Amino acid sequence: MQNILSIITYWPLVGALLILFFVNKESSRAIKTIATFFTGSTFLISLVLWFRYDRSSDAPIFQFVERFSWIPSIGVDYFFGIDGIAMLLIVLTTLLSFIAIYCSFTAIEQRQKEYYVLLLMLETGMIGVFCALDFFLFYVFWEVMLVPMYFLIGVWGGPRKLYAAIKFFLYTLAGSVLMLLAILALYFYNTSGIPFLGIAGLGNAPTFDILKFHEIGHSIPPEMQFWLFLGFFFAFAIKVPMFPFHTWLPDAHVEAPTAGSVILAAVLLKMGTYGFVRFALPILPDATTSSRIMIPVVVLSIVGIVYGALVAMVQPDMKKLVAYSSVSHLGFVMLGMFALNPMGLQGSVLQMINHGISTGGLFLLVGIVYERRHTRMIAEYGGIAKVMPVYAFFFLVTTLSSIGLPTLNGFIGEFAILLGVANVSMVWAAFAALGIVLGAAYMLWLYQRVFWGPLDNPKNNELKDLSLREQWTLIPLVVCMFWIGIYPKPFFDIMEEPVNYIVKKVEPNYFEKAGIQYVEPPLMEGHEQPAEHAELHAVEGAR
Amino acid sequence: MTWADLLFLLPEIVLSIGGCLLLLAPVIGGRNNGVAAKWSMLLLLVATAAAIYVAAGAGIPSLALGTLFVADPFAVFFKLLFVVVIAMITLLSAEFLEDGRYSAWEYYSLMAFALCGMMFMASGTHLISIYVGLELLSLASYILAGYYKNETRSTEAAMKYFVLGATSSGILLYGMSLIYGACGSLHLEAISQAVATMAGNQALIIGVMLLGAGLCFKVAAVPFHVWTPDVYTGAPTPVTAFLSTASKVAAFAIFARIFYMGLHSLEPDWNSIIATVAALSMIVGNLAAVTQTNVKRMLAYSSIAHAGYALLGVLAMSEIGLQGVLIYMLVYAFANIGTWAMVMLLRRREYAGENVDDFDGLHKSAPLYAFAMVVFLLSLGGIPPTAGFIGKYYLFAAAISAGYAWLAVIAVLMSAVSMFYYFRLVVAMYLKDGAAADVIPSRQVRFIVIVCLIATLTLGILPERMIRGAARSIAPIVNLASR
Repeated sequence: MQNILSIITYWPLVGALLILFFVNKESSRAIKTIATFFTGSTFLISLVLWFRYDRSSDAPIFQFVERFSWIPSIGVDYFFGIDGIAMLLIVLTTLLSFIAIYCSFTAIEQRQKEYYVLLLMLETGMIGVFCALDFFLFYVFWEVMLVPMYFLIGVWGGPRKLYAAIKFFLYTLAGSVLMLLAILALYFYNTSGIPFLGIAGLGNAPTFDILKFHEIGHSIPPEMQFWLFLGFFFAFAIKVPMFPFHTWLPDAHVEAPTAGSVILAAVLLKMGTYGFVRFALPILPDATTSSRIMIPVVVLSIVGIVYGALVAMVQPDMKKLVAYSSVSHLGFVMLGMFALNPMGLQGSVLQMINHGISTGGLFLLVGIVYERRHTRMIAEYGGIAKVMPVYAFFFLVTTLSSIGLPTLNGFIGEFAILLGVANVSMVWAAFAALGIVLGAAYMLWLYQRVFWGPLDNPKNNELKDLSLREQWTLIPLVVCMFWIGIYPKPFFDIMEEPVNYIVKKVEPNYFEKAGIQYVEPPLMEGHEQPAEHAELHAVEGAR
Repeated sequence: MTWADLLFLLPEIVLSIGGCLLLLAPVIGGRNNGVAAKWSMLLLLVATAAAIYVAAGAGIPSLALGTLFVADPFAVFFKLLFVVVIAMITLLSAEFLEDGRYSAWEYYSLMAFALCGMMFMASGTHLISIYVGLELLSLASYILAGYYKNETRSTEAAMKYFVLGATSSGILLYGMSLIYGACGSLHLEAISQAVATMAGNQALIIGVMLLGAGLCFKVAAVPFHVWTPDVYTGAPTPVTAFLSTASKVAAFAIFARIFYMGLHSLEPDWNSIIATVAALSMIVGNLAAVTQTNVKRMLAYSSIAHAGYALLGVLAMSEIGLQGVLIYMLVYAFANIGTWAMVMLLRRREYAGENVDDFDGLHKSAPLYAFAMVVFLLSLGGIPPTAGFIGKYYLFAAAISAGYAWLAVIAVLMSAVSMFYYFRLVVAMYLKDGAAADVIPSRQVRFIVIVCLIATLTLGILPERMIRGAARSIAPIVNLASR
């Protein structure tokens, strides 16, 4: 129980090594069984987090903490711990990784061994990113994730796979090295007692502890915060992706194999938004609320919402359409986040989960017909609801979830975001609402062109409906869509404290101004007061 | 000359005698006996390593032979690193010497003398002793670069290297003489005391600039880099590995030693020049590498870029900067030798294994090698969890903490660019369908690849010991600089 986060993180890696060293590359059954077993069991273990996570209002914010010294010379700790936001994302990751493995059985025929090894390694990297509470460790996982994804696109991708893979890799790398510089600057600001970049440092013990940086947020001079924010912004905005950094996304999605697209949309994009919530906002609060950051970010989010939707509408390729819809949806997430109030942030986090479920589902569905017909062109289809009724049903539910129909998950997330945003500005909310309308337009139009009308392409007459295995890849997602749509309270309960913590970090006076009684819960077990926290570090530094 | 001096010089004495014996040995061992030559060389290296331990543990006074040399942990760190690197290059060379067309004994003898020169460089505290060590290294290197004496490219490389190298040595020496004229001494500590009182002295500034230009030539930094691609491509591949690791590391050892020990109080006058050189090296090296289709040329340009990164550590003039230079040299040596070993594995004729396409489909014929190559390339690019990340981390940290944020931004963006051309090899190995690359079966080269792979991953995941070691090694110099 003590090391549950490490177990969840490295369990897929154990599976990867097992396949790598002990399984012959011809024995495809054994490879698939091991991969399924390890991702499945990782998901089951991660459910322990769901059940054991303490939701009460006086529970510590960061739970399941693991901490020991890794590179003491520069103050790097192996420091794992999660709040509710990270917990939800971890469960999403483990679920989607399982589905990604399960959906690849027939799609991937060559080099199966390497494929499953890379997917398992990717899962370890993704979970590690959400668990890490030490900047150095976080950066290591963040970069580790890149390489398997590069190979997944590059080896098993479509015709332009080489171009798409290297574009994905370089875009993300360019962003993340700038983040590394921002991390280093923060580190030296916190550590050095001597003036640095013309600004006097704080002279604390060397540490990469993210929670420590949450504490010093407001003491960083605004000018420095601005530059550091830019460093983080490039890394995260490319990952989200925000307009105009989104151009890698359609390429990567279109060329990636189905499982790659699912993971990319459902989890990898969330790393960008998660990065904003965990790092950029609480560590650089003054930059976040300053108009020269706030306004461009909001404007880019709104442009992303509208632009993504309009471009999606004219796409002839289904996968590209879904890819552009991601740009639009993630614009929503960013907008809700920068409302900087609990409602907007909760909606934003919930929408991250929703997008993972709905868009992950859409990519799965597109992958299923692609496997049968080897084309994704909308014009090639039409009226296939007649030959694939079950498929049409799943597609309909996922479409409706994506456009935010009440009783499905998308509605709850979008509603919360709109509520939060409307509190700040009605103009923003109006643009966001426009995005919802456009979203309904392109998704329903897609559905109409593919599923209704006459079955006029003879090649579609023979299409087989979903197999049992394919149905089972979709059923968990559909269950989640209805669950969040009908009874989202458990999710809001989990998010409430972490979100309040972040709002408090960004705007310390928010709760007083809003007239809400708010008692800050302890940061983590054994660290009741921030002062003790500092002392502990002083002791460690001296040692 | 006292017993303590002799004890201090023990490793160098062992090497010099051993180097001479290697020249005489063919009389007994047979001229074409490459295997015997290899084992003799390895034995000599073991003896040298033992001598380094004995000398380091003997508690001799820090200055030896008057003020010519110093026995400090900094020197020991580099001496041991040199011995390890030369041992790996010896094993890499064995393959191409065993066919008997070129004498192995002379080759190893030259390697031994080059190593001797590098060890003098590592411990020299006097510009003359540093210069003599550097010349010993250079002369041996010129001959080694032309060791394929029947091949035009090899001879051409040696000629270019010799002419340009001799010129740069002249420039270096001229700079030293100007510094002597200004400071009245060639000993680094005396220089450091003298420069503190003579800001703005013209002769000194010109002397330092000429000295810097000579050193930049030796480490292959822009704009003194033009020899690098031709020499690296023309020289026999194991010699190229030697030039791009051992020789470069030795040059950085004296670069760091001279600037940290002798010229630290001169700081404001030279750091903007070095900053420009570092920026240009990173930009030119990486951008030029992008267009290369010959692997040796590509790696030559990338080694120019690596010189640029390492200069950040010299430039920073801080504890973390010097530590960064040491760590970077260590991790760079392993990743680089591993990469060259891979190039040698794919050698088809004397000069092949050089085109990017020669790596096509390597994952099919040799999955372990392909994986190792990916790790080396990630390490060169500075991606965690490989050792290269720790090295780059230190250098970027040094640049940021010294206030060179703009340089750090260039450095990180250029390392992203470098991944583009490194990944062309990855693309060739994993993503190109078609022919599976031929691999020359060689136990020695395989051994080196595995050693470098293990070192690169271990130093990346558990870097604490390396960091501590580097911190101990630089302590005396940093104390001196902060005094």
